[in-house]
Parts: sequence; structure tokens; C-alpha cells
Amino acid sequence: MIATLTITPSFYLILAALLFSVGAVGLLTRRNVIVMFMCVELMLNAVNLTFVSFAKALNDIGGQVLVFFTLVVAAAEVAVGLGIIVAIFRRRRDATADDLRTLKG
Amino acid sequence: MTAVLFFLFGALALGGALGVVLARNPVHSALSLVLTLVSTAVLFLLQDAQLVAAVQIIVYAGAIVVLFLFVIMLLGVDRDEPFLEPLKFQRPVAIALGAIILAEILILAGHRWATGAKTARGVGITGGPFGSNIQRVARVLFTTFLWPFEITAALLVVAVVGAVVVARRSGQAPDPEVRQGSDS
Repeated sequence: MIATLTITPSFYLILAALLFSVGAVGLLTRRNVIVMFMCVELMLNAVNLTFVSFAKALNDIGGQVLVFFTLVVAAAEVAVGLGIIVAIFRRRRDATADDLRTLKG
Repeated sequence: MTAVLFFLFGALALGGALGVVLARNPVHSALSLVLTLVSTAVLFLLQDAQLVAAVQIIVYAGAIVVLFLFVIMLLGVDRDEPFLEPLKFQRPVAIALGAIILAEILILAGHRWATGAKTARGVGITGGPFGSNIQRVARVLFTTFLWPFEITAALLVVAVVGAVVVARRSGQAPDPEVRQGSDS
């Protein structure tokens, strides 16, 4: 029954929306900064899935090229973000969002 | 066949995403992230994005997750977190906000905001004299998107230099508050 179902781009877009929402909820609920970062990666990944789906749906390779730029930005973000986490950890001995309340004005 | 693969790997991707959010141990979160990324790579393959799928595995699952695991091990936070929540209302509010985001995306997806205008000089996924998937991506990346491509080189250099500068041992003493806390 499932095997005969035609997979339209909407299926992929709904899946990407679900992945994005799970990542957003994780970003809002988790307190460990490293896990929050992983949730950001999850959201970026969901957006990549929509890019590829639209590339297929609109028959335009531009969507797949944009995924590369997303990947580069994600890699740069992870490098800098993890550097900041290491620096915070060195000073505060822990890496939860609650430890960053000294940033409050 | 395509439908079976879609539902199988879609479910695996969602399960991995839930694992990232729900796992108490950061290492388990990172491994769930690998599951999601690999499942997404299969979904890319199902949509004729062979190069992107390979890059997804190599860069995301290979480099970024390893970087995450490396930092987790370096910092020694590979232990279960306590499940206590300092802000009582935070979790329900976050889940409600997540539901609102999901509803918003689904409502937006129902509208005709995707115009279908061609961006990539008419290079499609299939058809035309453009060769394989990797040739098509290269053709567009090095012509239409050449300037953004050059900018990413600068971005990566800035990011690497910034990461080194931020993470290097700066000779600063830890906060006095923290040092007292660890002594007592």
C-alpha cells in the first residue's frame, strides 16, 4: 500500500517542517550549550532538505548549490561557536546557558 | 520503492531529531544527530542530489559531528545532565512555541509563495546538455554563484582565525567566584 504511494515535494516539505520544529523546541528547552548547537544544526539541516526538495520540484539546480553555502556557514558557525564554548568552559567550569547570565546588562 | 525509502528514512531522521532533543547525555545527542544527518543524505539521494548527499556525509557527519564529540570529550561533559528545570514554565512554553512554528510553516507552505522563477541560468536537475549532477552543480557554482563562492573562502578563513583566537589559552585566571566554588 505504501509502495504505491507517490511521494510529492509536499511530503519532503512537511518532513522538513517537522525536523525544523523539533530543532526549535530543542533549542528552547535544552540548557546545555553544546546540545543547543546541535539543535541549530538540526534546523539548518531541515532547511537544506527544503532547498533540495525545491530544486527537484522546480527542476532548478540552484537549490542544490545553495545547500553548499548553508554547509559552509554551518561549518564556520560550529568552529567559532565551539571555540566560544571552550573559552567559556575554561573560565566558568561548566557550559550551560544558565552560566551565561553574567552577560546580562 | 521510493515511498518505502522516504517513509523509512524520514522516520529515522525524525527519530534522530527527537533523540538529539531528548537524550540526557550530550554524546547520545551527537550520535542521534549523525542518524538524522545520514537519513537526510538518503533523502537527498532520493531527490537526485548525489553530490549534496556525499558532501552531507563527509562534511556534516564526518567533520562537524566529530568536532562536537571532540569538544564534548575535551570539556568532559559526557555525563548525564540533571533533569531539573530552573524555570518551571519554560518547557511548556517552548513546546507551545514549537507547535506555533510548525503550524506557521505548514500554513506558509500552503500558499503559492514559490514562484518557480529560474535562478540557475536554466540548468535543471535533469535534461539539457549539462551532464551529471556534479557537472551541473559545478557549472552553476562557478558561474552564477562565483562571487558568493569566493566570499565563502573569506568567511572560512575569518572563522578559523576567530576560533583559534577565541579558544586559545589567554592566560586569564578563571573568575574568582568559580575558583572559590571549586575549593569549597
